[in-house]
Amino acid sequence: MKTINRVQLPGLVLAISIFIFVLMAIATLLKYSPSLDLTVIWSDTYYRHITQFSFYQALLSTLLSVLLAIPISHALFRREFFGKKLLLKLFATTLVLPVLVAIFGLLAIYGNSGLLATFFDYFEQPLPFSIYGLNGILLAHVFFNTPFACRLFLQSLQAIPEQQHQIASQLGLKHLNKFRFVEWPAIKGQLAHITGLIFMLCFTSFASVMALGGGPKATTIELAIYQAIKFDFDLATGALLALWQICLCTLLSIFIQKFTSHNELNTQQQGDKNSFKYDSFFSKCWDIAWISAIIIFVVPPLLMVIIAGINSELLSILTDNTFWKALKNSFLIASFASIIAVTSAFFILLTSRQWRLHGFQHRADKVEMFGAIILVTPGIVISTGLFLLLREAGNLSHLSFYIVVAVNAMMALPFVLKSLAQPMLNNAQKYEKLCASLGVFSLNRFYWIEWKALRVTILHALCLSFVLSIGDLSAIALFGSQSFTTLPLYLFQLLGSYQMQAAAVVALVLLILSVLVFVFIEKLFQEKRVIHD
Amino acid sequence: MDNIVKNKLITLIGLAALFVMPTQAEQQNLTIYTYSSFASDWGPGPKIEAAFEKQCQCDLKFVALDDGVSVLNRLRLEGKNSEADIILGLDDSLMATAKETGLLSEHNIDSSSLKLSKPWNDDTFLPFDYGYFAFIYNSEKLKNPPSSLAELVKRDDLSIIYQDPRTSTPGLGLMLWMKSVYGEQSSEAWKKLAKKTVTVTKGWSEAYSMFLKGESDMVLSYTTSPAYHIIAEGKQQYKAANFSEGHYQQTEVAAMVKNSSNKTLAKAFMQFILSDDFQSQIATGNWMYPVTDITLPTEFKQLTKPVKTISFSSDEIAEKRKTWTREWLTALTD
Repeated sequence: MKTINRVQLPGLVLAISIFIFVLMAIATLLKYSPSLDLTVIWSDTYYRHITQFSFYQALLSTLLSVLLAIPISHALFRREFFGKKLLLKLFATTLVLPVLVAIFGLLAIYGNSGLLATFFDYFEQPLPFSIYGLNGILLAHVFFNTPFACRLFLQSLQAIPEQQHQIASQLGLKHLNKFRFVEWPAIKGQLAHITGLIFMLCFTSFASVMALGGGPKATTIELAIYQAIKFDFDLATGALLALWQICLCTLLSIFIQKFTSHNELNTQQQGDKNSFKYDSFFSKCWDIAWISAIIIFVVPPLLMVIIAGINSELLSILTDNTFWKALKNSFLIASFASIIAVTSAFFILLTSRQWRLHGFQHRADKVEMFGAIILVTPGIVISTGLFLLLREAGNLSHLSFYIVVAVNAMMALPFVLKSLAQPMLNNAQKYEKLCASLGVFSLNRFYWIEWKALRVTILHALCLSFVLSIGDLSAIALFGSQSFTTLPLYLFQLLGSYQMQAAAVVALVLLILSVLVFVFIEKLFQEKRVIHD
Repeated sequence: MDNIVKNKLITLIGLAALFVMPTQAEQQNLTIYTYSSFASDWGPGPKIEAAFEKQCQCDLKFVALDDGVSVLNRLRLEGKNSEADIILGLDDSLMATAKETGLLSEHNIDSSSLKLSKPWNDDTFLPFDYGYFAFIYNSEKLKNPPSSLAELVKRDDLSIIYQDPRTSTPGLGLMLWMKSVYGEQSSEAWKKLAKKTVTVTKGWSEAYSMFLKGESDMVLSYTTSPAYHIIAEGKQQYKAANFSEGHYQQTEVAAMVKNSSNKTLAKAFMQFILSDDFQSQIATGNWMYPVTDITLPTEFKQLTKPVKTISFSSDEIAEKRKTWTREWLTALTD
């Protein structure tokens, strides 16, 4: 199969256009940085500081998240309790939840006028810490990533075969020894991969740092790019920092790829129950302590979003034109971005699976890699490049909507590719020859073969990218303005001007929107089960 | 094509049509970029808007940005395609930088009615108010306010909030104030100040509302800020600390944007700035000194008037702002 199949053309064109899109952004950045001397960054005290800070906060966030996730997932693995299913569902949402909604919740608890502060105030004590700066960044990152890590660890623990538990029980392995010989190896298998993943997420995190850090002391490269452009109008520095960020991200992902072997985990898998456990009073207390801790950490901020959201400002926000405009923009951007992301992923995968069927694994990997290129070129970097490019070309405010859609679609693409790749390949393996012999092509093939089998997966991917896009702040941050806001940007502006009541309402609306989408997914999966029974 | 497929396709296209965005009709309006406290409901914006709309039969729209420097940054970012007809709220220290962009046009307005300490002879910018930067404190809580900038920097029993010099004109003013007092030693002084800084905000509004919530002992604002508490709230406890080194003076200015599509309307507004309708809103709306000889409320007599005023030339600031900002940034990160 040396020639390119007709089916493969759209995907190939798409992958190449994405690559060109990114290249154009980078080329503009290169054009704007007067000297390509990245050592300038290292010899400047301030840039050195923010580079170090980016690594430092990412390292601390990762360590905290992973170290907390190990005992928590272990406890969750050993215990069954009322509401465990719901808790795990909640865990699945923290990473896709609009970042600012969670941050609003955290502020409502740990902020200067939050619940804790009120509690301390009752005893006439000042709050012993401030949520702004490194504290807040760590808090937010742990909030997003600990539940995520917990779920992944829990899945690998549940993948331990029943027999191993039996043997451990026969050998009389208790607590520490069982953990050491049975459970730890399962966790260890995923440890490097999860650590790497979380490190990347924290290193490139934008909204948390923007909302809770941002002072000169707590600024990351990602934020410094934004500040260079928005605060200083220093396009050259913005471009240089963006290139610096690309270099670091590329190096990091190569490093992570090299040193972590990745076993595919099926996220939908319901693992074995650990039915051979040795229990004691101490281990009961230990587990209960960890489970309570994570519940106390994760649930209240989200509850606060709901409680605080129903306030006297509700009506005035709901009758405010700005709010409805922001809602409309958010909805349109998320809809377009998710449809584009899923369609692109579908075509790219049509190309790659054709190659995979014929054994050209390398080519297939490359095409898929183009789709996931945004992982090494963070959204803010691409936006910066496009921003500079289009600033010369013409009317920025007319184009900004489309750029935000494009950047959001690209940011969702890796996730969509990941969730569609395997099912689509399986489908092709099953039906490729049948379709060829029956002459089922193009739209008919799509409807009868792909859509019928993959409907749930495709809709799931659509919902996921919708939620990711609706909560995104990094693309809109540069392009947004008074006349062009989305809900997250509007929320950020309200938080920035300390209009907490109004912010609470917007946070609640965003939360409800995201939750509705998740409920929608849930419904789809139930339907699937009915069909299969 | 299969019928079912066709039907589904039609539904899809129908759905997609729902997403088509409505376009807005063009109308005669004047867009002014300004800082948030000017345009806010409790600022002078709404009244000025109403007064001007009465005489122009147009729609005046304020676009509120974090603070004065953000107004300039926003204009530079948008360049020739900016929607702004007028920018209002930069100050005298940014004039040279703003002119360098080549995005502003001359106003050609007779400024003889201005009553400033020095005669005004800038062709691009027109002043609309002035004031002196000062640290405000609550005299019921803080009994022994510092009497000089040096004392504020030295003492370690105070907490302050100020604004980011990269986005806010008061922040920029403090940077210049520090520079004029400390010169080469500014970096060390910033480090000392950093120890008592609760937070550095993007704009004046955030900083002032945090201070009023009790999050710091002092906040960077203007000598005229207490007038708000006296006149609007009947509260006497908020005072401006009088510093012996003198206070940095700020003149806030407005200018027309070269690529404005409503030049006549923009010019009419520039003229309007010097009118009594506009200037009468300054003292009790923006809580600054007006630039014409309109009568001030009697309460303004209670305010501290600085003995000495400090200022840099706007050309010198244009040349050194970047270096000084970097010095501030670096001092804060060490």
